[in-house]
Amino acid sequence: MSGSGLSYSEQGGEAASELAQEVVPTATPSAPAAFGLFSSDTKKNEDLKQMLESSKDSAKLDAMKRIVGMIAKGKNASELFPAVVKNVASKNIEIKKLVYVYLMRYAEEQQDLALLSISTFQRALKDPNQLIRASALRVLSSIRVPIIVPIMMLAIKEASSDLSPYVRKNAAHAIQKLYSLDPEQKEMLIEVIEKLLKDKSTLVAGSVVMAFEEVCPDRIDLIHKNYRKLCNLLVDVEEWGQVVIIHMLTRYARTQFVSPWKDDEVMEEYSENNFYESDEEQKEKDQKVKNTYTMDPDHRLLLRNTKPLLQSRNAAVVMAVAQLYWHLAPKSEAGIVSKSLVRLLHSNREVQYIVLQNIATMSIQRKGMFEPYLKSFYVRSTDPTMIKTLKLEILTNLANEANISTLLREFQTYVKSQDKQFAAATIQAIGRCATNITEVTDTCLNGLVCLLSNRDEIVVAESVVVIKKLLQTQPAHHGEIIKHMAKLLDNITVPVARASILWLIGEYCERVPKIAPDVLRKTAKTFTNEDDLVKLQILNLGAKLYLTNSKQTKLLTQYVLNLGKYDQSYDIRDRTRFIRQLIVPNEKSGALSKYAKKIFLAQKPAPLLESPFKDRDHFQLGTLSHTLNSRATGYLELSDWPKVAPDPSVRNVDVAELAKEWTGILGKTKKEKPTEKFYSESEEEEDESSSTSASESDSGSESEKEDKEEGSSDESSGSSSSSEESSDSESDSKESTAKKISRAAAESDSEDIKKKAKGISGKRSPSNSSDTESASSEENSSDSEAESDSKSDSESGKSRNATSSKKEEKTLQDRKAPNKQDVFLLDLDDFCPVTTPVAVPTAAVLSPSLTADLEGLSLSSSSVIDVTAPVSVPTKTHELLHRMSGKGLAAHYHFSRQPGIFGDRMVSVQVTVTNTTDQKIENIHIKEKKLPPGMRMHEFNPIECLEPAGSITVSMGIDFCDSAQMASFQLCTKDDHFNVNIQPPVGELLLPVTMSEKDFKKEQACLCFIPAQQTKGC
Amino acid sequence: MIHSLFLINASGDIFLEKHWKSVVSRSVCDYFFEAQERASEAENVPPVIPTPHHYLLSVYRHKIFFVAVIQSEVPPLFVIEFLHRVVDTFQDYFGVCSELMIKDNVVVVYEVLEEMLDNGFPLATESNILKELIKPPTILRTVVNTITGSTNVGDQLPTGQLSVVPWRRTGVKYTNNEAYFDVIEEIDAIIDKSGSTITAEIQGVIDACVKLTGMPDLTLSFMNPRLLDDVSFHPCVRFKRWESERILSFIPPDGNFRLLSYHVSAQNLVAIPVYVKHNISFRDSSSLGRFEITVGPKQTMGKTVEGVMVTSQMPKGVLNMTLTPSQGTHIFDPVTKLLSWDVGKINPQKLPSLKGSVSLQAGASKPDENPTINLQFKIQQLAISGLKVNRLDMYGEKYKPFKGIKYMTKAGKFQVRT
Repeated sequence: MSGSGLSYSEQGGEAASELAQEVVPTATPSAPAAFGLFSSDTKKNEDLKQMLESSKDSAKLDAMKRIVGMIAKGKNASELFPAVVKNVASKNIEIKKLVYVYLMRYAEEQQDLALLSISTFQRALKDPNQLIRASALRVLSSIRVPIIVPIMMLAIKEASSDLSPYVRKNAAHAIQKLYSLDPEQKEMLIEVIEKLLKDKSTLVAGSVVMAFEEVCPDRIDLIHKNYRKLCNLLVDVEEWGQVVIIHMLTRYARTQFVSPWKDDEVMEEYSENNFYESDEEQKEKDQKVKNTYTMDPDHRLLLRNTKPLLQSRNAAVVMAVAQLYWHLAPKSEAGIVSKSLVRLLHSNREVQYIVLQNIATMSIQRKGMFEPYLKSFYVRSTDPTMIKTLKLEILTNLANEANISTLLREFQTYVKSQDKQFAAATIQAIGRCATNITEVTDTCLNGLVCLLSNRDEIVVAESVVVIKKLLQTQPAHHGEIIKHMAKLLDNITVPVARASILWLIGEYCERVPKIAPDVLRKTAKTFTNEDDLVKLQILNLGAKLYLTNSKQTKLLTQYVLNLGKYDQSYDIRDRTRFIRQLIVPNEKSGALSKYAKKIFLAQKPAPLLESPFKDRDHFQLGTLSHTLNSRATGYLELSDWPKVAPDPSVRNVDVAELAKEWTGILGKTKKEKPTEKFYSESEEEEDESSSTSASESDSGSESEKEDKEEGSSDESSGSSSSSEESSDSESDSKESTAKKISRAAAESDSEDIKKKAKGISGKRSPSNSSDTESASSEENSSDSEAESDSKSDSESGKSRNATSSKKEEKTLQDRKAPNKQDVFLLDLDDFCPVTTPVAVPTAAVLSPSLTADLEGLSLSSSSVIDVTAPVSVPTKTHELLHRMSGKGLAAHYHFSRQPGIFGDRMVSVQVTVTNTTDQKIENIHIKEKKLPPGMRMHEFNPIECLEPAGSITVSMGIDFCDSAQMASFQLCTKDDHFNVNIQPPVGELLLPVTMSEKDFKKEQACLCFIPAQQTKGC
Repeated sequence: MIHSLFLINASGDIFLEKHWKSVVSRSVCDYFFEAQERASEAENVPPVIPTPHHYLLSVYRHKIFFVAVIQSEVPPLFVIEFLHRVVDTFQDYFGVCSELMIKDNVVVVYEVLEEMLDNGFPLATESNILKELIKPPTILRTVVNTITGSTNVGDQLPTGQLSVVPWRRTGVKYTNNEAYFDVIEEIDAIIDKSGSTITAEIQGVIDACVKLTGMPDLTLSFMNPRLLDDVSFHPCVRFKRWESERILSFIPPDGNFRLLSYHVSAQNLVAIPVYVKHNISFRDSSSLGRFEITVGPKQTMGKTVEGVMVTSQMPKGVLNMTLTPSQGTHIFDPVTKLLSWDVGKINPQKLPSLKGSVSLQAGASKPDENPTINLQFKIQQLAISGLKVNRLDMYGEKYKPFKGIKYMTKAGKFQVRT
């Protein structure tokens, strides 16, 4: 008894202290004493006071520790303020720190007394030790006392030009504190921000951008001059700063650059042009080029410099880069973020939650991005419900014709989940898949109908609701299902479900003219025992039948109406009266009864089954507002792309401006290139705060040199004398073709190639004219970057290694290839997996129809044939395209023996495409399929671009229609195409299964004949 | 950014609060308690809760809710990631992060939090720097402090914050110079009813414990770096070097840290090292069900599977289970319906099995779904993906360090559907 009393009073005490804090922020020391409970506290505080006033440091420290403990627990320790503040100048560091902690907490409430401490900080601000200066500034600015605003302002200004970057960083932090204390100081603070933005230290960058975001996020003009510097520093800024900078740069880029998203349209338009064009139209073409989209080099710089950050260990940084790519990158490039986002799913629950939300939004708009990672979103039974539903949402978004059967099978497992809330969500998801993918609508419906006999109320109710919606969207030929549901009415007890079925029968009573009156008859019998919800629907059904089929149902309806008239629920009595007046003609009936039929049987709009994430995309991804789906305070709208890009020269720093003048003299055609070069050069340099200015001027002068060179090469009209083109003839041809098709799109790529070509020329041909220049640039970079001393050497060595090893591989494969070619049709020994003795004719196993799939939903315990996972997967690859015949493009394929991800009948084939040339191959895709009748093929997504010596593996699905016929198609690159074909060895068409002997015999009996070989394994 | 932080224990008491800006009354947590009540389990409390004037972002770890109060738009992951970093730091400082530990060390906790955020913006989050600012409490130091009256706060201000390598403290000295690397791989998998793999992925990390004098510069190379599909690095790793040569080159932080985490590309098929044979059936008519599971090794490359632990969440209708294991111990909690079976090592000659009957609630219908089996196991000296460290070199210092590499494979989220 006494125990409970004590705890109660303690609670009361806490509540009281809260009250004291809230109501009287500047409580006088005596105020808490007014509350009875504090009497004991004051006594305790007395001895604390004594300890604080003692001469021994240990006593003081002890007291301070106890006080901090009080603060941590949320108890009021404000009355000790005078005693504590005296110790602000203590020599003992720990006492001092704890006093700081105390000051920051209570200074706001005890402003006058807090002033006592100010002079100590002012003195410390002049300390020779930078760390003491910094911490003094930190505490001084954290004391929220309006009187000292001028002192703070002065301190910030001084600190902003401190020699130590650490002090400057703290100054940047102090800006925000001062701004929140006194917004009047905004103008002065902006000046300081402007100054600090120019700072070249990585320490300062993050903090000052934070201050910028807080104080003056609309002053985009302050960023212009610092844009390139921020981009280049980004990698070396600490992780929290990176997040803030990336978010700010995203907003900046959306106001300064034109949209890269029209890319595709431009391409089309242009290639069309190309077709009709003759030689003389060269000039016109040049003009056209100017109209097409060219990515601003600064825009490209941002994308390039943020990409490595996808590898950060900090989830917030990865998410920030992902949203930057989503909002800024050309659509074709945004795909690179998906892998990193999927990686984050292995992180903590909270991180998963946020990331999944963002993926959900992304997956609505661009399915392709996450399609390859479909299986990463499969739900585990141990996931928390919120994660489960989000994963389900994404799976539903990703569903398409190819993967729907796999997904539905997965959903089957979910429906049976013990987590009923999740099971219900799954049913909703099935409903959405059914409406989106018309091919499976019927199967889904059947499956859902089976679910109606589930024992769980939520599941049944949800299925009925979803079926109702589905039928409403396409009521044309579902008489059967309605009949089936009518039959179910006898067994189903869940009111919601019963009501929904009755509504359906009423709504479509004309389609089931024989059943509907019977249902009404049955329900009329049980009317009195029904739930209110069901009663209303019975009335509804009666009314509708009365209007359409009054001959049979007139009496029944009147009977029901009479029952309703005397019902206990006023709602039902009300409805009865209303319906009676409306449908039964009598002398008093008003004008409305004429329209009764129109009122009851009006065409009702079908409910839309949409993703709840559909409307989230107007919020910037990765923001709090996006997570909440409502505008959070302080949310900054992401502006639309400008139609015309604002003047890009505003971003030029003085040195770069010099370079610009040079181009002006040398000719307009190459206007963008110098700047691009300039940055690709300077990117290699590690931006260290000390050497930045020096290196910048270096690269500046370099860019000038380049300008000259490029100008001259242009004048000589692309002859072989130009340094880049002579060094690598292939890049030459590449470039010219690129020009032909679309210079706009290929701009950046060809830049890259040039860069590489230059690198090669630098290493291979020392006598080349371009060599001196590139070598010098390399020297530059190695100067500023200690680690890259031996970089170029080791790199070249490495590449040599790589090529040689590649050759070995190739010869190996070549040797293998002939073996493979003469595969016999029944060469089963080779392909039969070791541990799976039974092979069953494919037709029976490979194509379990979807209906059968979903029949499983009914929870019947029928024996199913289990498909065994492949235990041994052949490493043998087959050649698809030799590199000689493919002009450097080589392709190999092998059968992965994984369950086809593209569909049941599809055999999955992994194609490895290798680029053996030394330039990029772009847009590798499949065209002109020549397939025998019945055969189908799921192509891989086009490969945007393949780096030299790079290889990429894609998977495609081919339905060989259980035959060993060849699948021929063309493998196309951007400017070439090669005829190739895939012929499946028979073994690859089969699926290993395990089954008992009895089952096998049964199956065998079903087949009239079976080839001897196939039973061999048994 | 972050206004305040509240620490709430399982029973809903706020046992610590810290404010970086003006004080936010703890009554703001009422919204959190409301949400907690709505969500049946702690796991289901939404990480972001809007209130009229504030937003509450929380993480749940070690049975403690860390609730951050923010007032305006901020990337939610920023706050969540920071909170996790706070928990990691506490764990680093005190060994365990529990309510008791935090309450005992409230002053150190407060000092650490003070250094980690300035005005709500992260300031020093590297544990190397923090440990220089505020020394972690050890028994020895506590004894020494009480006698000599010295403090936990470093008397020298750290210089690491100012240097080019902010993650490493300066002036490190060891008599035994050693560097250990643990390659730990986790298999996440979902196994079908029939034993076929629905999805399987390998996630790996390399955790390091480096105790080297001075400023060593290490390079670590792999035999088969191509295996690494997607990687994320500790900030100390030089990204450019990795891009060009696939070599990890770094100046390590002092002590324990996670060097790298990686994902093995999905194209390589994952070898599943264990299999589970199961026969679980509930019958409609009788109130007894059958339960039988056997665990066996599959593709273990000749290594022993140890630390095997099987857990399974039984359906609500299950009243009790009478089981006999062939080895290990098992517990069935009739309240939470959680069955756990601590198997231990798997002997391939005599496979461990758990057999018996399940008694169901009389009269209740049989459960819809068979329970999912969660599996934990460990395999020492094996990285299941086949990743191998080639060599570790040290530059910049004269002495010869002792080097060690350890491999281990563990089950991550390993589920068998039955």
